[in-house]
Amino acid sequence: MAIISRGFAGRRSGADAKLPPGQYLTTDFPVLSAGPTPRISPDRWEFTIDDGSKVLKRWDWKSFRELPTENITVDIHCVTRWSKLGTSWEGVSLDVLLANISTDLSHAMFRSYGDYTTNLPLKDVMNKQAWIAFKFDGADLEPEHGGPARLLVPHLYFWKSAKWLKGMTLMPHDKPGFWENLGYHIYGDPWKEQRYSNE
Amino acid sequence: MEGTAVLERVIWRTATVVGLHDETPTARTLALAVRDWPGHVAGQHVDVRLTAADGYSAVRSYSIASAPSSDGRIELTVERLPNGEVSPYLTRQVVVGDELEVRGPIGRWFVWRPEQQTPIQLVAGGSGIVPLMAMLRSRNSIDSTAPFRLLYSVREPGAIFYRDELRALSSRGDSVVVTYAYTRVTPKDWPRPAGRIDAELIASQTWLSNLRPNSYVCGPTSFVEHATELLIAAGYDRETIRTERFGATGDRK
Repeated sequence: MAIISRGFAGRRSGADAKLPPGQYLTTDFPVLSAGPTPRISPDRWEFTIDDGSKVLKRWDWKSFRELPTENITVDIHCVTRWSKLGTSWEGVSLDVLLANISTDLSHAMFRSYGDYTTNLPLKDVMNKQAWIAFKFDGADLEPEHGGPARLLVPHLYFWKSAKWLKGMTLMPHDKPGFWENLGYHIYGDPWKEQRYSNE
Repeated sequence: MEGTAVLERVIWRTATVVGLHDETPTARTLALAVRDWPGHVAGQHVDVRLTAADGYSAVRSYSIASAPSSDGRIELTVERLPNGEVSPYLTRQVVVGDELEVRGPIGRWFVWRPEQQTPIQLVAGGSGIVPLMAMLRSRNSIDSTAPFRLLYSVREPGAIFYRDELRALSSRGDSVVVTYAYTRVTPKDWPRPAGRIDAELIASQTWLSNLRPNSYVCGPTSFVEHATELLIAAGYDRETIRTERFGATGDRK
């Protein structure tokens, strides 16, 4: 079915075997954002978990940073087709943040400074699958990469790893966030190449 | 447009190369006739897929440069990246008559729609001009009266895309204003020394913030970060600024 591009050889490397379909390897760290970069100083940062009507948990920067942290080394995959292997982060596991919350709600809308949102099933952010990261490569996370703190959900396309995170709202059903409302896939599994809303 | 998504299926379509011309020594425009092209909105992009004889394929996204039209033709302008996998092929090897595969259009955020009447501030860094050119061409093709300004930052005069067309678009006296800024080399007798765009240039060459312009900023990440900071410092509301970035952050090892 595919049309052969006359004379095109491509550039392959052994690393391609580790990449989801349609991705290419980069050693840079590209940035994708819909608008200006919010500058949030840690002293006015907070993270809240609510259930749509009441706040269940709240951390300011100091109490957040007193939580146990983990070092995470993962591959990340952007829907714009770059993948970056072996990125290293430090963050707080969502398992820690959700530890004392008992809920039968199934999904969450993650909310950011700058009004970005993205939706995720709760089962995708529990059991060592998601973190709130505040360091990249040993240094404080830069604002253009989501600092002071961003979500890190490496098993899904990277737009799900919301930058400038400020909260999560638990929901009874799935509901599209910002990019998911603009034509991107509701779930976003890179290994199934779920880029756009009708794939 | 939220919730009203017209979910045209994003399928691969055959595109025949019907025209080629160089914009600069490193950038080429490809005119494509796309089979069953569903149409696009200015600012959108497409995926282009190349496939080698053994089935290996590579896909990259490129902004559409042309105005929306109903004839199934689109134009892409591709900058050749020194270590690129796809861009060297598209800018050097492709000839008229070749077939490629494209899918799209993609993106419903970084778009300008004909019904928008507010003043528009476009800010381009280098090849970030491409989706903004589609907006200018779209405005022109429908005789929109929305006032547009373009601030276009390039390394040197020879790096300008669409130079003659931009001159024509901005000399019709119907409120399209184009301002160039040069970061490395200026034309002879240029009033402003070479350098990054700065607060003074923003103050004198972009819409005043009290006109409530909508702005679109496209370019390398470091350029977009810098330009949006300047616009916000000049009083622009951050909700009115849409961005599209490419490439890595400038300062990371």
